[in-house]
Amino acid sequence: MAEPTVYELSSAGRIGVRFPEPDVPLAKLPAGLERETLPLPELSELDVVRHFTHLSQLNYSIDGGFYPLGSCTMKYNPKINEETARLPGFAFTHPLQPAETVQGNLALMYELQEYLKEISGFAAVSLQPAAGAHGEFTGVMIIKAYHDAMGHTNRTKMLIPDSAHGTNPATSAMRGFEVVGVPSDSRGNVDLTALKALCDDTVAGLMLTNPNTLGLFEEHVVEVLDLIHGCGGLVYGDGANLNALLGIARPGDIGFDVMHFNLHKTFSTPHGGGGPGSGPVGVAAHLVDFLPGPNAAIVEEGTDEEAPLFDLAMPAKSIGRVKSFHGHFGMLVRAFTYISMYGADGMRKIAEHAVLNANYLLAKLRNTYHVPHDRICMHEFVMEGVFEDAPGVHALDIAKRLMDYKFHPPTNYFPLIVHEALMIEPTETENKQTLDAFADALIKIAAEAHTQPELLHEAPHITPIGRLDEVKAAKDLVLCCWYPDQN
Amino acid sequence: MFIPHTDSEREEMLKEIGVSSMAELFNAVPKNFRFPKLNLPPALSEMEVLAELTELASVNESTRELICFLGAGAYNHYIPAAVDAVISRGEFLTAYTPYQPEVSQGTLQAVFEYQSLIALLTGMEVSNASHYDGATAAAEAAVLAYHHFRGKRARIVLSPAVNPQYRAVLRTYMSGYTGLEIVGDEAGSSPFLSVDDLAKLVDMNTSLVMVQYPDFFGRIQDLTAFAQKVHEAGALLAVAINPTALAMLKTPGEFGADIVVGEGQPLGIPLSYGGPYLGLFAAKKELVRKMAGRLVGETQDEKGQRGYVLTLTAREQHIRREKATSNICTNQGLMALASAVYLSLLGKHGLRKVAELCYHKAHYAAEKIGKIPGYELQTSTPFFHEFVVKTPAPVADINLHLLDHGILGGYDLGKDYPGLDNHMLIAVTEMNTREDIDVLCEVLEEFNHG
Ligand SMILES: Cc1ncc(COP(=O)(O)O)c(C=O)c1O
Repeated sequence: MAEPTVYELSSAGRIGVRFPEPDVPLAKLPAGLERETLPLPELSELDVVRHFTHLSQLNYSIDGGFYPLGSCTMKYNPKINEETARLPGFAFTHPLQPAETVQGNLALMYELQEYLKEISGFAAVSLQPAAGAHGEFTGVMIIKAYHDAMGHTNRTKMLIPDSAHGTNPATSAMRGFEVVGVPSDSRGNVDLTALKALCDDTVAGLMLTNPNTLGLFEEHVVEVLDLIHGCGGLVYGDGANLNALLGIARPGDIGFDVMHFNLHKTFSTPHGGGGPGSGPVGVAAHLVDFLPGPNAAIVEEGTDEEAPLFDLAMPAKSIGRVKSFHGHFGMLVRAFTYISMYGADGMRKIAEHAVLNANYLLAKLRNTYHVPHDRICMHEFVMEGVFEDAPGVHALDIAKRLMDYKFHPPTNYFPLIVHEALMIEPTETENKQTLDAFADALIKIAAEAHTQPELLHEAPHITPIGRLDEVKAAKDLVLCCWYPDQN
Repeated sequence: MFIPHTDSEREEMLKEIGVSSMAELFNAVPKNFRFPKLNLPPALSEMEVLAELTELASVNESTRELICFLGAGAYNHYIPAAVDAVISRGEFLTAYTPYQPEVSQGTLQAVFEYQSLIALLTGMEVSNASHYDGATAAAEAAVLAYHHFRGKRARIVLSPAVNPQYRAVLRTYMSGYTGLEIVGDEAGSSPFLSVDDLAKLVDMNTSLVMVQYPDFFGRIQDLTAFAQKVHEAGALLAVAINPTALAMLKTPGEFGADIVVGEGQPLGIPLSYGGPYLGLFAAKKELVRKMAGRLVGETQDEKGQRGYVLTLTAREQHIRREKATSNICTNQGLMALASAVYLSLLGKHGLRKVAELCYHKAHYAAEKIGKIPGYELQTSTPFFHEFVVKTPAPVADINLHLLDHGILGGYDLGKDYPGLDNHMLIAVTEMNTREDIDVLCEVLEEFNHG
């Protein structure tokens, strides 16, 4: 039975929370501006808690099982993060408080900026952006601002490899760039010959994901960066895949000009069923002044006895504000907690084990599933969810059948350059037993695809609900519960 | 800790892969960049990290200790314990965006209920699944309007009484669209520009008009006639709202607004030094296909059971790529859930009660402050829970004095409006007792004498 909605559970006159009676004289309510009815539900606290508990039980989650969603870095989210973010000194400070009353917050932000600089090799970091795509937007704005400041009026093109995530071209278009695709070569790298042909003085930059969305380290990364820099462009790094590089290589050292971090991937802040994320942006020395702001800064150096004085400061030629206040502070506390618990050696261990786990799964699966760019991968790999001798079975069927084995499916149909893609990212927090069980399930499913394909077509069998009619959803467009007072 | 591998497991795995060491997995990384030495503090245990962060947090003075009269876009409200209990459940907290509906019905139905609650609260027909915050939601309204008129209407009219940070972010976002002009809030324009004067700026070249309700100064007014004028010019009207206020006030939907944006933080989300918050975005149904952001729709499975899916995804970046009008991907899922829980708990009676408590207490405070010699109430129009007071000295000085008495004073409007030096924006919520307000008045009066 489907869980009723909060409106269906509502019962007229029921109260969920009581508030104190007014302790001041009542003011006259504003004439002619008062609302007649407030169409909100009426429930008790237990009604609400039970309803949302029931809903939660319909979700698959990292806490409940293996979630190898490629490109999303679904690692374990340590519980201590939740506790530190809720410390009253953090959780109950107002964003506009005077700096002298929030030195703890500012110190944490400042230190996190320093940690991220150290981890990535960039000269400065802004913690403002709210998510990966927002970080991309910020980074692309910075590239535009840089060219504007240099008087480069003809640099109108953004080059984007065909393996890129959809947010890359969407972001570039938002900032008014013409998006030019760059093909990949047979080893899954950027096609250097094609790239060379595109490099001229109309290029503003390149958006590069490294490791790329095939999970492969760009083998010619130095040449690619040289080509772009050689023609006067800048290189944006999509840092969604930074988990593979922690303590392994620093994008800033390699020569990237600007990059976003996903604290909600690499640094273990929870995804929350679709956010909040946090997408800080790092830049090389020549772009520092263009960062958005305000950012945490030291305004008075500390001494042996006294801590430095922190405040918020706007960079000199800032692209401006990209959101309210100063970033997703609660997410920053979580990421800070996480980095503090790993230290420098720990960073490298994270990447090593993420890459170990991915290669282990790849080794166990490559004889059953076709892996189009088969070489040592980084933190994830992409295989095809089709079999020549089992026509009619698609990646989607395999994904759905995995649910019957109590696994969350991998990312499917992305990247677009792999036919029927299944993109698997195990992360470093999974143990060998889980990986073995997952590989076994995929191998069994491959066998089923040949012997009992209907098991796949009709999957999932054990979930609370079966495959849903997406066409109906788009056609009927029911986006809101029915409410009794509505006419 | 969080990496579970034992030495022997690691060896077995390396063997299965066919390499002899972990380092060998990274041969594709150019040698000269490989394995940098990072200069980070030594790793802490959970016990140590908690101690360190507790120490750092205790350096702050929070609204738990201070009496808070600071608002200006983020408000100190009571959050029932059940909100955090629900959003802390790992099943919600550690799930991704619901790409696989069969195993994500919890998130999907919660978002569907969120969309319903926001649509009904704002009086609009549809709400999306959230934007990052109030400011980015406001910016997305401008992007929507730009595309609605295919870039042919080049003017945006912005009331100077829209939150300055929303206006700043909107400008940042719109700087990518050539030939646009943003008018209404230019330097030198009056911060208290009337909507009648604002309406004079609306022409046939205007795509979007944005006002705030209650406005940044806390004022409320009927926007029906204004909406008509905007529509006569064929432009879209966006109203930035405070969701708490809408529990007692006529909705923008009743005024005829096309788009409603707002900061959802007052709906059960802690101040948390500015984030994560919640960008509200609701609109008329005819704009639904032009709206950015995720949408959850109701549908059925093969057996006819009701279920929910992400819908109209063809608008989004992962399908349309460079033709998408927004790049948003991850949004504020968990914050949307928090607000859905909050709205369900407070419900019809509770939210109205909170709104009225804010209203009455703010009016008590305003009247009392207005009577203190040297302080002048600047708000003659009706207001909700925030009001402007002209102060006898720079606001920063007064706030320093208030802080000495454990009071977090109001917002210094001079920071955003050059003409409003010595003007303080004071917010009062249900969290402030009569005694708090009386203490505020005493200290304000004392400052003037001292
Ligand atoms: C490669 C890549 N780039 C960008 C993004 C966008 O990040 P976010 O969802 O945080 O906006 C994602 C996440 O899905 C991604 O996988």
